[in-house]
Amino acid sequence: MAKIPLVFKVNGEQQEILVQPYQTLLSALRDELRLTGTKEGCSNGNCGACTVIVNGRTADSCLVLAAEANGAEVTTVEGLSQNGQLHPVQKAFMKYGALQCGFCTPGFLLSAKYLLDSNPNPTEHEIRLAIAGNLCRCTGYDKIVRAIQAVAQAEV
Amino acid sequence: MPKYKYLGKATQKVDALERVTGKAAFGADIHLPGMLHGKVLRSPHPHAIIKAIDYGMALKLEGVKAVVTSKDLPSLEDARASFGGEVSIDQEHLRKLFLAHDKVLFEGHPIAAVAATSLEIAEQALELIKVEYEVLPPVEDAFKAMQPNAPLLHPYLYPKTLGQKPKNPGNVATIMFHERGDAEKGFAEADVVVEESFETAMVHQVYIEPQVDAAQVEEDGKVTLWTANQGIFNVQSQLSSILNIPLGSINVVPMEIGGGFGGKIITYVESLTIMLSQKAGRPVKMVMSREEVFKATGPGSPGYFTIKVGAKKNGKITAAYIKMIHDCGAFPGGPTPMASLVSFGPYNIPSIKVDGYDVVTNKPRVQAYRAPGGTPVNFSVESTMNVLADKLGVDPLKFRMQNYAKEGDYMVNDQRYNRIGVKAVLDRVVSSSHWNTPWEGPNRGRGMALGFWIGAAGTSSALVLINSDGSATGVSGQVDLTGTRTSTQQIIAEELQMPLEKVNVKVGDTDSTPYTMGSFGSRTTYSFGTAVYRASRDALAQMKARAATQLKVNPEDVEYAEGRFWSKKDPEKAVSWNEVARSTITRGEGVVTGRGTVTGLGHAPEFTAQIADVEVDPETGKVYVKRFTAIQDAGLAINPMQVEGQIQGGVTQGIGWGMSEYYYYDKGKLRNASFLDYRMPTSLDVPMIDIEIVEVPASEGPYGVRGVGEVSIVPPPAAIAEAIYRATGVRMNKLPMTPEAVLWAIKTKDKEREPVAANGDS
Ligand code: FES
Ligand code: FES
Repeated sequence: MAKIPLVFKVNGEQQEILVQPYQTLLSALRDELRLTGTKEGCSNGNCGACTVIVNGRTADSCLVLAAEANGAEVTTVEGLSQNGQLHPVQKAFMKYGALQCGFCTPGFLLSAKYLLDSNPNPTEHEIRLAIAGNLCRCTGYDKIVRAIQAVAQAEV
Repeated sequence: MPKYKYLGKATQKVDALERVTGKAAFGADIHLPGMLHGKVLRSPHPHAIIKAIDYGMALKLEGVKAVVTSKDLPSLEDARASFGGEVSIDQEHLRKLFLAHDKVLFEGHPIAAVAATSLEIAEQALELIKVEYEVLPPVEDAFKAMQPNAPLLHPYLYPKTLGQKPKNPGNVATIMFHERGDAEKGFAEADVVVEESFETAMVHQVYIEPQVDAAQVEEDGKVTLWTANQGIFNVQSQLSSILNIPLGSINVVPMEIGGGFGGKIITYVESLTIMLSQKAGRPVKMVMSREEVFKATGPGSPGYFTIKVGAKKNGKITAAYIKMIHDCGAFPGGPTPMASLVSFGPYNIPSIKVDGYDVVTNKPRVQAYRAPGGTPVNFSVESTMNVLADKLGVDPLKFRMQNYAKEGDYMVNDQRYNRIGVKAVLDRVVSSSHWNTPWEGPNRGRGMALGFWIGAAGTSSALVLINSDGSATGVSGQVDLTGTRTSTQQIIAEELQMPLEKVNVKVGDTDSTPYTMGSFGSRTTYSFGTAVYRASRDALAQMKARAATQLKVNPEDVEYAEGRFWSKKDPEKAVSWNEVARSTITRGEGVVTGRGTVTGLGHAPEFTAQIADVEVDPETGKVYVKRFTAIQDAGLAINPMQVEGQIQGGVTQGIGWGMSEYYYYDKGKLRNASFLDYRMPTSLDVPMIDIEIVEVPASEGPYGVRGVGEVSIVPPPAAIAEAIYRATGVRMNKLPMTPEAVLWAIKTKDKEREPVAANGDS
């Protein structure tokens, strides 16, 4: 099969690459652009490790065809810090110990950012709902929820 | 004044920054020039004889660079020769586990592997490999396996047992009989005796990162392997023995590891990757899919238990008996020995009898899963203790207060406990806000349970380099699972009395670091921490000697604190740490490298008490865990934030084990090999997990540290089962306690007790 052109913005930067018609956005990011911060845990939309923000909304990039992202704006974990400044959710995850192995972390950070952008003052339940699509096996979620609460309460 | 400056502090995780920015390099992030992609052909059958494999067509596919099968392995004879004429049965099993030789023993058992220029081509190539099978009936569970006419997995397998070798081979891998005291007499003395049976399911560790590795074999045969395993030196020795390559010719490079929990100690795809790279002459990378991980790595063993406990009217236990059967999957190596040790561990019981069996079946060979064997047996024993307490009319906490084990008491294996904290955790239950806050109302209940894990020690080593600017670098081959770098930094800073920022920590490969055992068995902070402590002390002693030369005094006369050496006799005579460090690269005895190594520390047992509050929906059977507290003896929590986090993770895994996780096999085939169908807890399934750390110093090792990684997973199912009983009046004797199972138990409560479908599917 012939590759098809994909023109999109990743973390604010214009990218023009060729992708296979069957290639996922996850694979385009990881294998073509070598943005390996986005992780693959299941390849079928169940673990959330591959969460990115596409046109302002979170998506499991393993379920999005790369070609579908043509013209889109994509934010990955690599795009969270701006001008050498960590995003508050990144700071909070570090400060409150919201990560252990860290494999799930990029996905959680993007889900958290999306939640806080749309709802700056979430309840504990709203936080848990917002990250329910992200699996973490190390932390039991406690410190992740607390880190997100801390950002909402500007305690980072 | 606090005892320590850097220990016992919630310092920030050393490697947190690279993890929140996406820069940490995990196994799958590796990319080598000219790299090929590997893929494994796996058996669709759980039990079959391999008659023929034809991969001619696959090789012809454009882009395919190599195909390997068991024929490409060095012969067992060669391996035998290099091991001095002995290949232990375990080594043979290790070979046959990662690649089927003549027989398929579980669904997903590797048959062949392909390396190609792209993953898609490799996948296509798998479809072109023709395998002729003679399909055999699968041995589906431990009970069927033990029947006299059951099909045999290994025609040469005789049970490992003390005493005579049985006449005929079978599917029983290990038989264990053990008795301390006189159980029969103990039961005769009891006023009340209860007997209960339990069953638990096969579950998976569910590290979120699938197994992955990359291998590069040079023209001279030297191998470099990048992998995300819990121990680089155990990988090196496994590969050396399987592939008959000298240990020193294999360099294992640790990538960041996305969770292990015991499941990433053994190698699965590593040997295949190396074989493919050998054949293709190019680097090869192999990533397992989630389905492959579920089907063909090593889950935790399911167990079947019968437990009998007797006590006097006054509540004192007189005797206990346990019979346990563990299904260990396709090869021997189940958790029966550890489970027997854990079983009655929290109690002081004069007479104990244990009958244990490890049995092989046509399932993936089980592996360690956090306190391996602990959770199922604890669920069974703690539930039985609660039944007994109930019969005696005492509250479960009081009952435990009467029977807990203390220093000097015997463990099940006849060794004596050194200093332990069972009483300390029980005392904390008594004073905890959770226990003292009423939890009342319809369909609500509270349960508590004790948990025990012995923990390992093993061999560890570390280096501490003193750099010319006075900073220090801790170097080792200790894989950082959940915070080893951080505790290493804290220990070095403490011993060298320097700020954390001046201490770097580096995890190196097998070529550049001294041997250290892997990160498992709660041993890392305990044993490896001891090595780091010793290396720091060694570095400090060497620095003192160099300072002594500069101050022209005897080394014994040199004092050190906070970056400054001085003469005891003449405190005016002083030199700074940084000056001494600077001088090491130009004169005197040269550069300072502190060395620390340790073997065989004694045990530092871990104990915990956990409290669960639940609310049960009587309409659906769904159990909501509303509050959970884990009280754990950490000896000394080097980093309380990390300790809490590890306990919270373990508790959550225990909740999943208790309530929703199970392997659903149907005729030997796994039907729920995805996260959608295998339900591990999400953020909505658990409450905040409250942690209370108590500190009863361990008998050995510096600072009194105990391992903390494992015991937290042990009691959650038992605590929750007791809470469900208090809420509904039904006792759940089978895991997982799914809504279907709980509902069924509630609906049939008043009828004669029928077996509960643990799977919730019948
Ligand atoms: S990898 Fe996309 S959801 Fe798991
Ligand atoms: S930190 Fe390991 S999976 Fe979340």
